[in-house]
Amino acid sequence: MSTEKTMHIVQRGLGKRYRQEKIFKLMGLSAILFSLAFLVFLFSSIFLNGYKAFYQTAVSIDIFFDPAVLEVKDPASANYNGLIKESLRNAFPEVKKRKQKKNLYGLVSTSASFHLRDMVLADPGLVGQTKTIWLLADDDVDMLMKSYIDRDLPQADRRMNDLEISWVDKLIAEGRVTSRFNIGFFTNGDSREPESAGIMGAAMGSMYMLAITLALAFPIGIGAAIYLEEFAVKNRLTDIIEVNINNLAAVPSIVFGLLGLAVFLNFFELPRSAPLVGGLVLFLMTLPTIIITGRVALQSVPPSIREAALGIGASKMQAVFHHVLPLAMPGMLTGTIIGMARALGESAPLLMIGMVAFIVDIPTGITDPATALPVQIYLWADSPERAFVERTSAAIMVLLTFLILMNGTAVYLRSKFERRW
Amino acid sequence: MLQTLSSTTPPVIESGNQTKTRARVSRDDRNTAGHPFVDKPRMSCRDVNVYYGDKKAINSVSIDIAENEVLAMIGPSGCGKSTFLRCLNRMNDTIAICRVDGTIKLDDQDIYDKKIDVVPLRAQVGMVFQKPNPFPKSIYENVAYGPRIHGLADAKTELDAIVERSLIKAGLWDEVKDRLDQPGTGLSGGQQQRLCIARAIAVGPEVILMDEPCSALDPIATATIEELISELKLQYTIVIVTHNMQQAARVSQRTAYFHLGDLLEVGQTDKLFTRPSHQLTEDYITGRFG
Ligand SMILES: Nc1ncnc2c1ncn2[C@@H]1O[C@H](COP(=O)(O)OP(=O)(O)OP(=O)(O)O)[C@@H](O)[C@H]1O
Ligand SMILES: [Mg+2]
Repeated sequence: MSTEKTMHIVQRGLGKRYRQEKIFKLMGLSAILFSLAFLVFLFSSIFLNGYKAFYQTAVSIDIFFDPAVLEVKDPASANYNGLIKESLRNAFPEVKKRKQKKNLYGLVSTSASFHLRDMVLADPGLVGQTKTIWLLADDDVDMLMKSYIDRDLPQADRRMNDLEISWVDKLIAEGRVTSRFNIGFFTNGDSREPESAGIMGAAMGSMYMLAITLALAFPIGIGAAIYLEEFAVKNRLTDIIEVNINNLAAVPSIVFGLLGLAVFLNFFELPRSAPLVGGLVLFLMTLPTIIITGRVALQSVPPSIREAALGIGASKMQAVFHHVLPLAMPGMLTGTIIGMARALGESAPLLMIGMVAFIVDIPTGITDPATALPVQIYLWADSPERAFVERTSAAIMVLLTFLILMNGTAVYLRSKFERRW
Repeated sequence: MLQTLSSTTPPVIESGNQTKTRARVSRDDRNTAGHPFVDKPRMSCRDVNVYYGDKKAINSVSIDIAENEVLAMIGPSGCGKSTFLRCLNRMNDTIAICRVDGTIKLDDQDIYDKKIDVVPLRAQVGMVFQKPNPFPKSIYENVAYGPRIHGLADAKTELDAIVERSLIKAGLWDEVKDRLDQPGTGLSGGQQQRLCIARAIAVGPEVILMDEPCSALDPIATATIEELISELKLQYTIVIVTHNMQQAARVSQRTAYFHLGDLLEVGQTDKLFTRPSHQLTEDYITGRFG
C-alpha cells in the first residue's frame, strides 16, 4: 500500500476518532458537574440550616442577689431559680395569673440558674448587690428571634402565644435582648434544653475513642502489614489470612458492633456506653483497612531498594526498617488517617454497644459513659424541637470540618512525600 | 594461571577440555568447552543447578573464579546469567520459589552451608545492580550505611575516612565531595552507578558482582565505569554480566558463555572472541542470534 493511500485512510477515520474523544470528555465532565452539584446542594442545605446555631439569644435582667436566699449553709445549692423568677416578676409586674407567671419564667433558660450559681461561687461579694446580667434565653425566644416562629400564624399553631411575644417585644424595645456567639455549643455536653445543649461531650467521646482506635490499630495494623508483606512465607495459610483480611474490610460496620456487644460487653463485661469499648470496636473495624493500605504502601516501594540493602549485607529486618518502611510510611499514614476518618464518622456499631444514651456529663476518661459526634447528630436529628434541627446541622458542620481536615492531611502527606526514588 | 584439568574436575567437563585446537564443538553438545577451572580459585562452583519452582534455570554449571580477575558472563537474554550471578552471594534466597543445589565455595567455605550466615557473606561478596539503585538518602549516608550496620567504624572520623576512600576508589569523590549531604538520587545515572559501586566497596568486599552495570548508562558514563572496573580488579575479584560484547572484550580476562541455562564455554576473553570452540558461542558472538 502506498504511503499516500495509507494517509488517506487515516485522514478519513480521523474525524470520527476526534468526535468520540470529544463525546467521552463531555460525558466525563457532566458526571463531575453532576456530582459537584449534589455536593454543593448538600453542603449549602446543611450550612443554611445550621449556621444560625452558632449565635444565640440572651436577655438581660436586673438580678438582686438576695442575702435572704443566698446566705444558707451551702451557697452552691441555694435557690438561684428563685432569684431569676423574682427579677422577672419585678420586670413584668402586670403578670399576676399563676399560669402566665409560669410562661413568664419560661423566657429564660432553666440553665441560667447554674450561671448565677457559678457567678456567686466565684465572687461571694456579689451577695446583697443588684446587677444587670445577661442570661441565656429559652430556645423558643431564640427561635422567635431567628424568625423560625411565624408571628402571622394563629396563636394556637405556634409555640409562643401573643402574650409571650409581647413580653419579648417589650424586652427588645428596652434593649434587653441580644444575639451573641454560642460558646456553649462548643463547651457544653448534651442537654434536654436545646439552648444549653453542646457537642463537647460527644466530641470528647469521639476523641477518646479515636485515641484508642489509633493507639491499637496503627501499631498492630502496620506490624501485620510488614509481617505479611515482607516476612511471611507465601503458602496456603497466608493466602487464607489475606483473603480473610480483605473480606473483613468489606464487613458492614454494624456487624462489628454486634461483635463488640457479644465479646466486649457480654463476655469481658466492659462498661457499657464507654469510649473504651467504642474504640475497641472501631479498632477492629479499621484494622483491615490499615493492613491493606499498609501492604499496598510496602508494595509500592521498588524492590531495588530492598535488593540494594540486602546486597551490602543488611539483614532482612534492617532492610525493612531502615529503607523500606520510611519510604512506605507516608502511604501508611495516609491509609491510617483515612481509616480514622471513617471511624470518626461511624455510628452504626456504636448504637449496638450503648453509646446512644443521653449523656449530660462530659466524659473525663475512657470508661465514662459517652456518645460520639455522629451518634449525637443522630440523637438531635430525632428531637422534635426546632432548635435541635439547627444544632443537628451545626454538629454536622463540626464533624465535616474534622473529616475534611483529616482527609486534607492525608492528601497533603501523599503529595508531599510522593515518589522519592 | 589456567590449567587443563584440575583435580576436582568432574568427569563431564573433560570432553570440553579435549577441544583445544579449534575443533568445533557441535551445537548439540551441552558440556562446558574451554577452561572453566583455575589453579587457586577465589570462588569455585560445582554442579550448580537452580530451579524456579519446577523450572530449571541453571543446569549443572561448574566454574572457577580466580583471584583479581574480571570474569565476564555473556549469553542471550533469559539464559540464566543473572540467576547464576545471584547465586554467588545468595541473593536468590530472597526469591521464595528459587532453589539452588550443588556447591559454591568462597575460599573453601561452602556458602550454601546451613551454618553460613548470609549477612557477612554479602558483605564479602558485594553486588551492583543493573539499574542504579541508590537509597533515597544523602550521598554520604548511601556509602556510610554498609560500614555502619556492620560496625566497621567506631568513630565518626573513621566512618568519614571509609566514605572518602570508597568514593575515591569509585572515582566519584571529586564530583561529590562538596555535596555529600545531598540526595544520592539527585546524581546523574552514571554517577549513581558509581555511587552504588562505592557503596559496595565501603563494606570491604572481596568479590564484586555486577549485573549489567552499564545497561542504563550512556556511552560516556559506560566508559567511566569500564575504566573503574579495570582499576578495581587490582584489588577485587569481579564478575560482570554484560550484553555488550565489546565491553566484555575490553574489561574482562575470562569470559563465560551461557546458553539456555547451560554454561557452554569458558575461556580467555581474547581467545573466546577470536577463536570460540563451541559452535553456539561463535553463533552468538558473530551475531547470528541473541
Ligand atoms: N524470579 C523468577 N521467577 C521465576 N523465573 C525466573 C525468575 N527470574 C528469572 N527467571 C527465569 O529464569 C531464567 C533465567 O533468567 P535470568 O534473569 O537469569 O536471565 P538473564 O540471562 O539474566 O537474562 P537477561 O540477559 O535478559 O537479564 C529465565 O527463563 C527467567 O524467566
Ligand atoms: Mg539478567
